[in-house]
Amino acid sequence: MEHPFLFLVKLFELVGLGDFAHAYPQVIYSWLVMLFLILMGAAAAKSVSMVPTKMQNFFELIVSGIEEFMVDITGEEGRWLFPIVATIFIYILVCNLIGLIPGFFPPTASLNTTASCALVVVVFTHVIGIKYHGVKYIKHFLGPVWWMIPIILPIEIIGHVARILSLSFRLFGNMMGHELVLAILFGLAGAFFAPLPIMALGIFVALVQAFVFFLLSVMYFTGAMEHAH
Amino acid sequence: MEAGALQFFIACVTAAGFGIAIAAFGCGIGQGIGLKSAVEGIARNPESSGKVTVTMLIGLAMIESLCIYALVISLILIYAHPQAGAIAGLLGAH
Repeated sequence: MEHPFLFLVKLFELVGLGDFAHAYPQVIYSWLVMLFLILMGAAAAKSVSMVPTKMQNFFELIVSGIEEFMVDITGEEGRWLFPIVATIFIYILVCNLIGLIPGFFPPTASLNTTASCALVVVVFTHVIGIKYHGVKYIKHFLGPVWWMIPIILPIEIIGHVARILSLSFRLFGNMMGHELVLAILFGLAGAFFAPLPIMALGIFVALVQAFVFFLLSVMYFTGAMEHAH
Repeated sequence: MEAGALQFFIACVTAAGFGIAIAAFGCGIGQGIGLKSAVEGIARNPESSGKVTVTMLIGLAMIESLCIYALVISLILIYAHPQAGAIAGLLGAH
């Protein structure tokens, strides 16, 4: 399934890197998202004053909103997790929203991007567990009584592997499904603006999926930090 | 395409159609029950509507993801079957 028409891919073709651009549009568009976020961050941090201007107000609203919501779930000791989860949330949100611009491909519509985000989250869960509990982290996987270990341990391990699958497939499926529906409707009834209601739904789906990824990451981190049942 | 391989792919596409239909059916019922409880909660206590709405949206996204897994399998069956080349070659050779 070749993707119809992408601006940055055409740009790369002009430069001569057409093969790379056609095979990996998600890489190129994630570079674009990274550039955009770095520029926004630089603009936000440029002039920080005690009485905030409009730009600073806007960014403070976003940052403090995410931080308060996160601390609600993890408690005060989880405040240091804020940079990674906020980055994941804002990165995935901007990646999803970029797909709504005609001629742009959302990087999250490719399994590579979503699987990489999910792997980071799940590996970091274990890093947190080992950092907080040391070797006793294995107690999280052993269940309440010692004689149920042969049953509970494989189930817990499969559950953790399933987290990677579910996180990546949920985001990938939502974004890829949206792209497919847009492509099909455009092919069927493009002249009658048929894709427009789907694009309105797409804004909602982009927000909700980024939020769900962020919320699940926070809940996994909280689960690794707290004591075993 | 050879008759055997064509039949295999017809079976794949039929399975994909039924798979996503059944998944959407189950997802619809699940989300409907969740929505019903959320609306009843808001009707009982209108002040909690903000928290109830957020919780309901998160729950709906979780249930929806199950339907999305079925959609991904259906898409793989229709567009990107991993054994497509091998099976077409196998059945075409006979």
